[in-house]
Amino acid sequence: MKNRWLQAAAGAILLMGMGMPPLGAASLYNLPYGVTPMSHAIYGLSMMAFWIMCGIAAVVFGAITWSIIFHRKSRHPKPADFHESTLLEVVWTIIPFIILIVMAIPAARVLIRAENVHHSEMTVEVTGYQWLWRYTYPRWNINIYSRLADSSLKIAPLHSGLSPYSTPHYLHAVTHPLVLPVGEKVRLLITSKDVIHSWWVPDLGVQMDANPGLVNSIWVKILKPGIYRGQCNQICGWGHAYMPIVVIAKPKAQFLAWVKQWRQHHPQGAASPIPTPDP
Amino acid sequence: MSQSIALSHDAHPASRGLMRWIKTTNHKDIGTLYLLFSLIMFFVGGAMAMVIRAELYEPGLQFVNPGFYNQLVTLHGLIMVFGAVMPAFVGLANWMVPLMIGAPDMALPRLNNWSFWILPFAFTLLLLTLFLPGGGPEGGWTLYVPYSMELGYSFPFLIFAIHLMGISSVLGGINIIVTILNMRAPGMTLMKMPLFIWAWLITAYLLVAVMPVLAGGVTMQLFDHFFGTHFFSAAGGGSPLLWENVFWFFGHPEVYIMILPAFGIISEVVPTFSHKPLFGRTTMIYALASIAFLSFIVWGHHMFTSGMPVSADLFFMFSTMLIAVPTGVKIFNWVATMWKGALTFETPMLFAVAFIILFTVGGFSGVMLSLVPADFQYHNSYFVVAHIHYVLVTGAVFAIMAGVYYWLPKWTGHMYSEFWGKVHFWISVISVNVLYFPMHFLGLAGMPRRVPDYAVQFTNLNMISSIGGFVFGAAQLIFVAIIFTTIYGGKKAEARVWEGAHGLEWTVPSPAPYHTFSSPPEVAG
Repeated sequence: MKNRWLQAAAGAILLMGMGMPPLGAASLYNLPYGVTPMSHAIYGLSMMAFWIMCGIAAVVFGAITWSIIFHRKSRHPKPADFHESTLLEVVWTIIPFIILIVMAIPAARVLIRAENVHHSEMTVEVTGYQWLWRYTYPRWNINIYSRLADSSLKIAPLHSGLSPYSTPHYLHAVTHPLVLPVGEKVRLLITSKDVIHSWWVPDLGVQMDANPGLVNSIWVKILKPGIYRGQCNQICGWGHAYMPIVVIAKPKAQFLAWVKQWRQHHPQGAASPIPTPDP
Repeated sequence: MSQSIALSHDAHPASRGLMRWIKTTNHKDIGTLYLLFSLIMFFVGGAMAMVIRAELYEPGLQFVNPGFYNQLVTLHGLIMVFGAVMPAFVGLANWMVPLMIGAPDMALPRLNNWSFWILPFAFTLLLLTLFLPGGGPEGGWTLYVPYSMELGYSFPFLIFAIHLMGISSVLGGINIIVTILNMRAPGMTLMKMPLFIWAWLITAYLLVAVMPVLAGGVTMQLFDHFFGTHFFSAAGGGSPLLWENVFWFFGHPEVYIMILPAFGIISEVVPTFSHKPLFGRTTMIYALASIAFLSFIVWGHHMFTSGMPVSADLFFMFSTMLIAVPTGVKIFNWVATMWKGALTFETPMLFAVAFIILFTVGGFSGVMLSLVPADFQYHNSYFVVAHIHYVLVTGAVFAIMAGVYYWLPKWTGHMYSEFWGKVHFWISVISVNVLYFPMHFLGLAGMPRRVPDYAVQFTNLNMISSIGGFVFGAAQLIFVAIIFTTIYGGKKAEARVWEGAHGLEWTVPSPAPYHTFSSPPEVAG
């Protein structure tokens, strides 16, 4: 009976967190719900943890507030002298333990899914440089160098005299975006040519370090066409703030058309010219 | 022999003026030196934070270049951790450990002098790097390779400064362990020791255990940079992840080094002003020890996005979540201590209650960060900045302030102004939340940490945060004014400063005489 009640409570909390996508399109106050199965799962986990923390906060802060109001010396001049209770200690060791298990199980399941790069349909190599990204599509011999767009680049320097509001997507716009197909499981192989960078696009629920000399893999499956923005998230030098990521997700047919077009314009396979970033 | 004993029992320092402070081996003098040093560093690091918040007030660069911004971020972290928070706790330990265990001084007074006087040199070296060609260190206080090793002239200065800080901490740690284990008054068994002493005993072991790991790690960086080794370069058979592992194996116990003594202070302050004994004393001690043990097996949670295998991710997620259990036990016990007490709200108690609430907020974000997939979004975002500042500023620093207000009358013999103490508290506690709470939202919405400039959608929250930061910074001037006016005057304090206070430190007069407990006190059985 008690067990069933516990299950019901845990289920209710899970539902509260997992089920509901956010109201607005992009929140300034919360994680994006995103456009990949992973970002959805992460959003659910995060909301579940948030509501559980709110519950604990209500109890703990409630007790503190109660004490502050009713057990102050002016109202409660004679202090009680109890100072231990094995039962209480056991109770407040076990209850947090149970709450943690309730959170750990879904978190472990999502993690195992997030790290499973098997059965991916396509691979893109992502390489970090100070301070740009290179995207390589091995299947089509496409190389894209993607650095901060000039529109932001001319605003960024100290005393540039230009307003960051004068361009759309200040610091979140690039010369050549990464283009990916919608609905396919894409494996990203992430590495770096110099210092450690980190490839982070919140809408995709992906953040992975780019370590020099090591290759990390992660996967994305974008469910909705659109433009998704992020940036380098590991301090990597002077231009750390000027290393944005833009991903354009296109339906499969349009994606293939883009591949064809790119190859016509860059027959050697070598890329957009290697830019010299000097923001 | 008899003459030297007579000399050492003189009620005044042996030298006067500056030489007194340089030559002193007295635990109270050295405690004062540590605390003043920490106060200065608090303002140096704080000034850097003010520049950071000014730069982040709106998008675009207004005041500093990105390179200098990175130097500020790095030095702010190093100075606040090694220069402000740790020396403050060591200073409190120097003053209070002998007084609370009934010892005449620290066990190793000359070592004590040395471990303090290393610090000003260490931080002079560190700050000098700002004036070198190329400026100071830039890689963040985590010194991730290879970025950290790409620095110019500042690199060897940085490494040497860290070695000095490490030597100082290890010597201080050894001294505290030896003092607590050997110099307790007869009758004070381990389990009867005040919680502050327990917290410091465990912290000192952590210091001795992990500072050498950092020293070893930075030495490996030094060798990679100058002597052609390849510990951290994959091209030569090493790995940049080795540094992350070494650093965080030091780094996680390090953050507990900065919070366990805070737990100790809160466990002294809360019972005093609740007029009620600490609830669950024994459990509190076991909780401290469990947290210290767990701190050695959770370092990987700083590296969830580094590409560790999934089995390692799982292990570090579970071990990290476990920490919430003993930490929760501590919080519940403090609340139970307040429950049905007769609470009074002098300034130390206000800071202690704020500590319990706001440290718990930091604990909540900590539990959320432990969930690996969620960490793929939170990692290195402003959510993490909010988390660390809730546990270190409203955690460690608020506890230090509680401790300073609590023991200041004992040190100076004067009561501080309760009115100004409360003004300091209320301005601080409001502004600190205006400063750090919006950072949770910034991180969730996607703002990375350690950037001098950001996309325009983050502007409003950054402005709010900066305003909170300026007010919080300015409010600390009140703290300094209170400390110095209390040193030089004020109402006379009694031996037992607080009505509800128990413990040996309250049996000696206020101010505590230069030499105390020359013959050991009786501890009631």
